[in-house]
Amino acid sequence: MPSENLAITWRRIPERYRLVGTFCRNCQTSYFPARKLCPKCRRKGKIEQKQFSGRGKIYSFTEVTAGPSGFEKQTPYILAIVELEEGPKLTAQIVGARKVKIGDAVEAVFRKIIEDSEEGLIHYGYKFRLV
Amino acid sequence: MLSTGASSRCDAMRRVAIVGVGMSKFGEEWTRGFRDMIIEAGVRAVEDANLHGEEIDAMYIGTMAPGSLVGQEHVGALVADFLGLTPIPSIRVEAACASGGVALRTGYLAVASGMHDCVVVGGVEKMTDTPGNEVASALGGAGDQEWELFFGATFPAIYALMARRHMHQYGTTEEQMAAVAVKNHANAAKNKYAHFQNEITIETVMKSKYIASPLKLFDCSPITDGAAAVILMPLEKAKHYCEQPIEIVASAQASDMLALHSRESMVELKATKIAAKKAYEQAKLQPKDIDVVEVHDCFTIAEIMAIEDLGFFPKGQGGKASEEGRTALNAEISVNSSGGLKGCGHPVGATGVKQAVEIVWQLRGKAEGRQVKDCEIGMTHNVGGSGATAVVHIMKKV
Repeated sequence: MPSENLAITWRRIPERYRLVGTFCRNCQTSYFPARKLCPKCRRKGKIEQKQFSGRGKIYSFTEVTAGPSGFEKQTPYILAIVELEEGPKLTAQIVGARKVKIGDAVEAVFRKIIEDSEEGLIHYGYKFRLV
Repeated sequence: MLSTGASSRCDAMRRVAIVGVGMSKFGEEWTRGFRDMIIEAGVRAVEDANLHGEEIDAMYIGTMAPGSLVGQEHVGALVADFLGLTPIPSIRVEAACASGGVALRTGYLAVASGMHDCVVVGGVEKMTDTPGNEVASALGGAGDQEWELFFGATFPAIYALMARRHMHQYGTTEEQMAAVAVKNHANAAKNKYAHFQNEITIETVMKSKYIASPLKLFDCSPITDGAAAVILMPLEKAKHYCEQPIEIVASAQASDMLALHSRESMVELKATKIAAKKAYEQAKLQPKDIDVVEVHDCFTIAEIMAIEDLGFFPKGQGGKASEEGRTALNAEISVNSSGGLKGCGHPVGATGVKQAVEIVWQLRGKAEGRQVKDCEIGMTHNVGGSGATAVVHIMKKV
């Protein structure tokens, strides 16, 4: 279900546009995507906002040759699990390269993810490129 | 953290047996709709248990996405209506691809607790009424919509990310994964209910196109229509109804982070390991005691991880064991005698119940051309999404 409404897109802007996640001061764990409740400390957790650097490395990857609806123009593309230098991992596309390997250094870039239709919403967010 | 407290709680509960099983033919069943299939499976199970119907006092139906796939919600009431079982309570259970297994566990708990005396557990999914891309979107709901699917993840891609790590850490090969598909097709060819009735070769898999590298088309379970049902009763009562009741000696379930990227490890399913540990404790059994197991092979890599996580082979050895034929019918451990999700097909909500049907047939000695010899104890393993739910049952001849 790639299409999303305006409110969902709008409230995810800090995370998707700028890689703002959270940090639990109680257990010193970083979270991306943001978690409003620390799953380790629960009520004892002290959650605050945290800006992630966008630097990391490829933990795993796949070349998607059968893409979902809305991704037809981009297919095939490389989808990866990126391990951020602050610790958390996320799922994102790798752009600007056809060949990648586990351990490759990457950095976040701001890109169009998907558009709902020709006149619909354009959704932006992070992708990653090799450095 | 992993304390189960299982034995003391189980002692206070009633023992539960399966007294009847049935399923519809799995496949692309264009002549039959959602309700037709679950009615067919339900009626077969009721007939198999030799019940009139008045005995049944509750029903649990596992189905993942009928709202998205066929526009139908409120499935509990629908099935009670068309099975002629109103006014019993009838409940839909959803846990993505583990909906069937979790429905079975829910029915088990209802009987074990003493609340109900005769329960129907059904599982159903109608998938081929819907265009392929919409099916993919509906199934995507098993993952994290906002942080996986939004960025272009598909379910094959998520399992491909696990496969890549497994290959990286343990040297698992694409040929080893192909061996799982070949074995499961061979078993399915001996199962008249299976979606695929044909054997394939390693070459068939290796030459099929990539869906999400390293996974190819033949590493993936198909889009299938189907339904399955079982009837549960307290063991004491079961003996009066049924010549060969099969006791459920363990029922365990665990959850994990929804998104793959949030998990500690991507080469194992922690939820499977925890559910299996609890199940072995409840049944006072070990992996070596299991004669036949239905594992959740939505992709070939999933079977490789499952046979490791369930304790049949050491971590990292699942690919090699599969390639060496140690999981074939009547080999070291018979894995997916039904053909598994790959060969028998994967109507998501039906799968977990179908696994129980297959194990019951095996334990009764009624599995026809795919019968596992001297089969006393069987296991089912059903996974939701990429591993955020796992449910394990152990069943035994009485």
